[in-house]
Amino acid sequence: MQMTITEKILSKSAGKKNVKPGENVWLDVDVLMTHDVCGPPTIEIWKKEFGENAKIWDKDKLVIFPDHYIFTKNSHANRNVEILRQFAKDYNLPNYYDVGTADYKGVCHIALAEEGFNLPGTVLFGTDSHTCTSGAFGMFATGVGNTDAAFILGTGKIWERIPESIKFVFNGELPKYLTAKDLILQVLGDITTDGGTYCALEFDGEAVFEMDMNERMTLTNMAIEGGAMNGIIKADEVTMNYVKARTYKPYEIFESDDDAKYKSIYNYDVSKLEPLVAKPHSPDNKDTVRNVEGTKLTKCYIGSCTGGKLSDFTNAAKIIYGNRVKVPTFIVPASTLISRQLEEEKFNGISLKQIFENAGCYIAQSSCAACLGGPSDTIGRAVDGEVVISTTNRNFPGRMGSKKSDVYLASPLTVAASAIRGSITDPRDYL
Amino acid sequence: MEKVIKGKAFVLGNNVDTDQIIPAEHLVYSLSDPIESKNYGKFAFSGVPIKDAGLPLGGVPFIVGNNFTSQFNIIIGGSNFGCGSSREHAPFALKVAGVEVIIAESYARIFYRNSVDGGFLIPYETGIKLNDKISTGDDLEIVLSDNKLRNITKSEEYDLNPLGDILPIIEAGNIFEYAKLNNLI
Ligand code: SF4
Repeated sequence: MQMTITEKILSKSAGKKNVKPGENVWLDVDVLMTHDVCGPPTIEIWKKEFGENAKIWDKDKLVIFPDHYIFTKNSHANRNVEILRQFAKDYNLPNYYDVGTADYKGVCHIALAEEGFNLPGTVLFGTDSHTCTSGAFGMFATGVGNTDAAFILGTGKIWERIPESIKFVFNGELPKYLTAKDLILQVLGDITTDGGTYCALEFDGEAVFEMDMNERMTLTNMAIEGGAMNGIIKADEVTMNYVKARTYKPYEIFESDDDAKYKSIYNYDVSKLEPLVAKPHSPDNKDTVRNVEGTKLTKCYIGSCTGGKLSDFTNAAKIIYGNRVKVPTFIVPASTLISRQLEEEKFNGISLKQIFENAGCYIAQSSCAACLGGPSDTIGRAVDGEVVISTTNRNFPGRMGSKKSDVYLASPLTVAASAIRGSITDPRDYL
Repeated sequence: MEKVIKGKAFVLGNNVDTDQIIPAEHLVYSLSDPIESKNYGKFAFSGVPIKDAGLPLGGVPFIVGNNFTSQFNIIIGGSNFGCGSSREHAPFALKVAGVEVIIAESYARIFYRNSVDGGFLIPYETGIKLNDKISTGDDLEIVLSDNKLRNITKSEEYDLNPLGDILPIIEAGNIFEYAKLNNLI
């Protein structure tokens, strides 16, 4: 039987020879990831259901990152981190990355990659919808709620419906004014926010395999914005080099059979695509940057698991170099490693950090920050009536703070160009 | 399962995401503390732009004043209900507010799983669009055994898609009860 990469990984995890879309199977989970918002309620449900002597199915396979609401005075938010800290202590957990210590990492999806938890052919569940990000490593990765996570925590198993797959092939060489973000905004505009519901989105084509892991993660990260279960890119040399530099753990590479069945296949010639935005208030509200050029902004934001990776900042720095920003511009590295890289990586002999500082940007500590609004003292949060352009992944009403604000989603190149003018600007004007 | 659920409809549009169901700033309350968790009911649907709340006219608050329960216990949505984040706080908030059933053309996967596996709500799907046929405040009756929705106010009847694979989990109460019944745990 011919299968897609997603079907192959899931049939292995289900202990079956083959699986078909629509079938419900019980999976063996390789890694469970949680964070400060969903971790405490997950632990609570687990204790309630499995009793006070509940056992974690496999401590090495549980990974916990405080990352969402951590630099805040909000007492409820701080209590959540305290619960995780105590839990990690009580159970002597090997993979807890506490804030305020040298272990602190930042945004979970990026930290999973950096710490070597993303392994081709494995199955990852996380209590966060953007868990699909890890699919960039040729693995199955998806988000679940607290109850499902509590079930996994106690059993290492969960049921899942085998998804149909939709394939997106990006042919040609990516022009320098485009990034992975433009490609995924194109996809979302084409399939809409529910076009991928209960499906796997598989990304393929030369333009994808030319990308580094950071850029690939931007594609899979936003699979959920199309309603998908997972996004996936088969592992290649680039993936293996990234993984081998971080872990000795074994992995297995799967790829789709040539005549595997797809729900639909989309082909793109990347040389014909344009820099794009998603206009308020939906990630599928696609338009070209040229069409909304001149829209006055009050804030620019470069951060999150989607747009706060090293490649996002090198792209932004190329444009910001030697300029001043006209509106408050926030630089929020997704992880502490990326924060350090901003000091080490140079463009024209100057560190990225220096470039942003010289331009008048505000550089924040690594965390989710205003990507999801957060408590009222969150850095970069959108307040009433603001017009923001951001490299994040969602612009639903109120996502970045006030529901009265307008958020445009765009690539780091477009956000950087827009920051310089204080209005939405096509990056081609600066490249 | 013979259960009949009666109540009043609250009608919403397409793509009601989890930030509209329970805005992110409210995710800090305890889900188990009986008093504190009432906040989730109080802020249920508080992120829905008011013009889109309670269609067709809009402008209907789901929760009035300082209450934590709503007079509406049946939600009529459009397509892609519950899209957005993985927060289980979303179906939980609706349950605290008194919602028993949601009827929508389609659901986002995580919201759907959370509703069922957590035993919070029954997410019915419909083959046809209903959020332009039913008005907020209509008196509805759902007969679970025959998958029918009756609109008493408008004297109409609509078919609901059978719950299929998830029915045994709903009948058991939640995924843990289901797993126990089937010797999975
Ligand atoms: S950065 Fe934003 S999208 Fe990513 S995990 Fe944090 S809140 Fe979610």
